[in-house]
Amino acid sequence: MNTQPSLSEADRTPEPGAYARTRFRGLVRLGDPLFYGLTLGCAALIIVVTGWLVSQLYIHSAEARHELGWRFLISQNWDPVAGDFGALPFIFGTLVTSVVALLMAAPLGVGTAIFLAEMTPRRLSSFLAFLVDLLAAVPSVIYGLLGIFLLVPLLSSTVVPAMQKVVGFLPIFSGSFFGVSLFSASLVLVIMVVPFIVSISREVLLAVPVEQREASFALGSTHWETVWKVVLPCARRGIYASVFLALARALGETMAVTMVIGNNPQITKSLLAPGYTIAAVVANEFTEATGDLYLSALIELGLVLFGITFVINGLARLLILATGKGLYHHG
Amino acid sequence: MANLIRRRMTNAVMFSMTLICAISVIGVLFFILGYLFWNGGRYLNWDFFTKLPAPVGESGGGMANAIVGSAKLLLLATLIGAPIGLLGGIYLAEFGGRTFPFVVRYVADLLNGVPSIIVGIFAYTVVVLKVRHFSAWAGGFALGIMMIPIALRSTEEFLRQVPRNLREGALALGATRSQMILTVVVPAAMRGILSGLMLDIARVAGETAPLLFTSFGNRFWSEGFNKPTASLPVMIFTYAIGPYEDWHRQAWAAGFVLLAMVLMFNITSRLLMSWRRSR
Amino acid sequence: MRSMALAVVAMAALCGTGGQLSAQVNKETISVTGAGATFPYPMYAKWFDVYHRLHPNIEINYQSIGSGGGIRQVTEGTVDFGASDGPMNDEQLKAFRGKRGCDILHFPTVLGGVVPTYNIPGVTGEIKFTPAALAGIFLGTVTRWNDPAIANANPDMKLPANNIVVVHRSDGSGTTYIWVDFLSKVSKEWKREVGLGTSVKWPVGLGGKGNEGVSGLVKQTANSIGYVELIYAVQTKLAYGSVQNAAGKFIKADLKSVTAAAAGAAEDIPDDFRVSITNAPGDDAFPIASFTWLLVPDQIKEQAKHKAIVDFLHWMLADGQKMAEALEYAPLPKEVVEKEKKAVEKVH
Repeated sequence: MNTQPSLSEADRTPEPGAYARTRFRGLVRLGDPLFYGLTLGCAALIIVVTGWLVSQLYIHSAEARHELGWRFLISQNWDPVAGDFGALPFIFGTLVTSVVALLMAAPLGVGTAIFLAEMTPRRLSSFLAFLVDLLAAVPSVIYGLLGIFLLVPLLSSTVVPAMQKVVGFLPIFSGSFFGVSLFSASLVLVIMVVPFIVSISREVLLAVPVEQREASFALGSTHWETVWKVVLPCARRGIYASVFLALARALGETMAVTMVIGNNPQITKSLLAPGYTIAAVVANEFTEATGDLYLSALIELGLVLFGITFVINGLARLLILATGKGLYHHG
Repeated sequence: MANLIRRRMTNAVMFSMTLICAISVIGVLFFILGYLFWNGGRYLNWDFFTKLPAPVGESGGGMANAIVGSAKLLLLATLIGAPIGLLGGIYLAEFGGRTFPFVVRYVADLLNGVPSIIVGIFAYTVVVLKVRHFSAWAGGFALGIMMIPIALRSTEEFLRQVPRNLREGALALGATRSQMILTVVVPAAMRGILSGLMLDIARVAGETAPLLFTSFGNRFWSEGFNKPTASLPVMIFTYAIGPYEDWHRQAWAAGFVLLAMVLMFNITSRLLMSWRRSR
Repeated sequence: MRSMALAVVAMAALCGTGGQLSAQVNKETISVTGAGATFPYPMYAKWFDVYHRLHPNIEINYQSIGSGGGIRQVTEGTVDFGASDGPMNDEQLKAFRGKRGCDILHFPTVLGGVVPTYNIPGVTGEIKFTPAALAGIFLGTVTRWNDPAIANANPDMKLPANNIVVVHRSDGSGTTYIWVDFLSKVSKEWKREVGLGTSVKWPVGLGGKGNEGVSGLVKQTANSIGYVELIYAVQTKLAYGSVQNAAGKFIKADLKSVTAAAAGAAEDIPDDFRVSITNAPGDDAFPIASFTWLLVPDQIKEQAKHKAIVDFLHWMLADGQKMAEALEYAPLPKEVVEKEKKAVEKVH
């Protein structure tokens, strides 16, 4: 059971808004309201910008929405020549690659962060974290090139045949493998999002006050018990935030994915088959799309992705809420 | 006693697993960086940093304009995205209630999930179409928008980590809210905030898709910010999918230089921070 | 905080002037922007760079964002000219007229070909493809390498019974346009089932991004076949097969056979130069060839830009053509050049 040592009132980070309510009665200085207004404005600006972006997506997808209606979401047919567009294969590909990638990246990233924060000497840990951050700067195109020239041959020649011997009976690993596939794309995504998780989680773990750890050790916990029962719960929010960021990046990743996913709009039960994601098809076809219906169909795909992100984020937050026993910070 | 042994074993096993995680991640990391440095660094020469792209079939030439262009774009992006993210994060951590911060965080995550090409299309519609030409402003705008969510979320997280007694101490000494936040809380969280910012810059530095329709690209120098601007990611993209070996080499070299640029940003900012700390 | 702000301002100032420090900036620099097809990008890049050396005050900046992108940007007016591997259709011409208030002219620049490239373990010779075979392969009706459709044309080769893995372009492209244009002409089934466009609904196969993606996939996948631009195949030393042309001969793509395709069509070329030369008549013609065009509005308001573009077009038709072969692009046949020289006068 997950019981944290109970924290005294004084040590809990303040409930949001607590200060706002106490301080603002009797405020006379000008600087404070100005600052308040400025920060509030910036926070609101994010909602404004996003709303603006979504409205643009909505407006420019009008033709496709009127022409295709709800059929767009359930049709599997993507035919630019005939003017018939269906989003389902792309929705499938986006969800599968992102979820699989995150299922692998989250434990990997958090595990690495724990190791870097707890077990490595500070200098080495900083240096390694520094390098991990660099990975985030590698252009997507280069990940794609590395994917297609290194990862895909490696998978075709050694990894997948070995895998298929062991777990090939499972439907998700069945079928012939051509190198480019949903699986390869998921792996590339893992490499691309792990730096975010590692970087932020490590910082958050390091920021847990040393008194917490010491108190736990003083009570006789092993190192792991301290990490699991004291440090992680304290750092939980930050880790979740990093996973959300990673998820967002995975959903929207374009270049690297399109180079290794096979770009075949189909729904399959095997991860080893080629697939297609929304971001990939928009990137591939947007520059060449001629004809207004085609263009607005692509933009409608963008709108659909936004909707998917909305739903997944919502589900993830609900999940956290359900397992977090209603901690005072949620969202 | 058996319980203790079990607990110790759990300790050993769990940490070994984290070790395995770390080795895989760091291993892949070293491999990628090494590959990039090796492939890119080999073909780097002084020309790369000083000359403009050479016509096909001629060797030499470089990406000087792309390097400056990327620097310009990143500067614009940081000026646009970082303050909004930072200040928004401050609001969420210090002032917010329940629902508004929840909504803002949700929306920030949504914005973060928008594919970079769609942000590019947005910036194209909103900036380029209005003035009928491509520019670094449009590119910086697109990248800036992409920077906001990470800056916001990471700033908020690190501000929340600052212990309450620090804030109360400042207030007890007579500081106003803004003074407390700016002179006590933010500096206390600065390390994390800066680290988040570096991650943010690193991420947008490598983005190609948003630039294709905004800053466009340029074989020549672009003075100021109002003309189409070359950038390293776009050059990498153009050269990597071309047929010439020489172009491929230059693409790797450009990838290397991009990484080196981000590395330098990173190092400089950390140096600045520790120099300030030691004063 | 203050020192950081200072640093930022300093950097901004530096960047703003950074370009000026090294550039030969004088008030008379004329900047022309163009966008479009990726296929002729190496050629255009060469031309514009060389032209800049000849006329240092003229900077023609061309970026390859795709034929469709080129058409769209020139219609929106964000660039001064466009470039496309496929001619604009009537709908696009009308849209241009509606948006910009003038007409757009097509100027062929060079010729290129698209070739079938394959990777069959154990097979090293050059495979001869009939149009029916290619259509069947890409439709998914011809599924094995030893199918009679392929084998009959290659009696001396031992083709295995392996399944064919088809590779096509995932991104919309002029290369795809030329390829499916050919297939639509030679196969009624293709025309009915799939049709013509820069992006189509492929019945079978994997999608690679760019010529690079397709060739990469073909190289790595046994028993695969894909299509790439000729120049790409030559540069990356890919094995590619020959294709049977309208006259029945099997032609391997090279500069001569591509130019022959254009020469065959040259007499009938319409005044606006919008023509498809796939499956062209003539014994030596390579059947999967195409012009690539520059799209120039017929009214350019700025005098300086107008002069720069017109001068460039004349130069391109004369000296520019001489550079094409070195880069593996086929130059335009003489008849087309003559006709174009007159057409340049239409740009006001």
